[in-house]
Amino acid sequence: MSTLEILVVGVIAIVGVGLYGLLITRNLIKVVVALQILVKGALIALVAAGDASGQVGLSQSLAITVIVADTVVGVVGLALAVQTKRLLGTLDVDALSTLKG
Amino acid sequence: MLYAFLVAGAAVCALMAVRAQKLISSALWLAGVSALAAIILYRLGAHQVAVVELSVGAGLVTVLFVFAISIAGDDTMQAAPRIPVRLAVGLLLIFAALLGWMILPLDGIEAVSASGDLSAVLWEDRALDVLVQVVLIFTGVLGVLGLLSEAAVPAMRRVPAATTVQPNTAKNGHTPQPALALDLSGAEIKPEAADVHA
Repeated sequence: MSTLEILVVGVIAIVGVGLYGLLITRNLIKVVVALQILVKGALIALVAAGDASGQVGLSQSLAITVIVADTVVGVVGLALAVQTKRLLGTLDVDALSTLKG
Repeated sequence: MLYAFLVAGAAVCALMAVRAQKLISSALWLAGVSALAAIILYRLGAHQVAVVELSVGAGLVTVLFVFAISIAGDDTMQAAPRIPVRLAVGLLLIFAALLGWMILPLDGIEAVSASGDLSAVLWEDRALDVLVQVVLIFTGVLGVLGLLSEAAVPAMRRVPAATTVQPNTAKNGHTPQPALALDLSGAEIKPEAADVHA
């Protein structure tokens, strides 16, 4: 197997673990953790593709954009989780069902 | 072969982050994923991105997680997962098989004309991306400020209710409470405010 194929298999595993976490977890902070894991896999795939196609500079610039977006998503998600804990007293996602009209 | 170890380590760290009972352990395993991803990126030649990923992903984000966990509390949930674990694993295997079937084997990828170095691409070709990043950071800061100052809004709403106490409610000494029990330690509701209208 080439280096790119090894990396792609690993990326599939990392993204799969992130999706698995999103499926099973009920804790809001762990939902943010699972989202971060998903993006880490996408980041490795992006740079690996850039390395394979010779477009390292372009892939790096896109990766930096992804890192910024991922960090902002994480920060806002954690702020949401903290506020949910303050208002509802729990981090359980099912507690948000009280928002239904 | 080194890549196989690094990627396998990142996948194991990711699995431990998802399966960890304590939130703080989960955050630390996530930092491990970020660190291994940074090593992979560095080995691939993306040196600047590796440094950014290591400092932001494994440093800043981990500190934010620890801060948020210290505020929200590290309460472990013993409740059942949202869907059965076997179903989740089945869906995961289907996803991995479909993705692998679409992507692998990787033939036909050829090196095209090489792009410039990072600074040239980032500041010249992808200048719009930099602008979008600035807007994203602004949006994130405003969003966090708005969310974290939200706790003061119900308290401010309750100040007029305390200052305009009707006589019938003053008799039984009970003012209607909001549906959610809020920590109003930051609200400055003076106890003599009810006596103003008395």
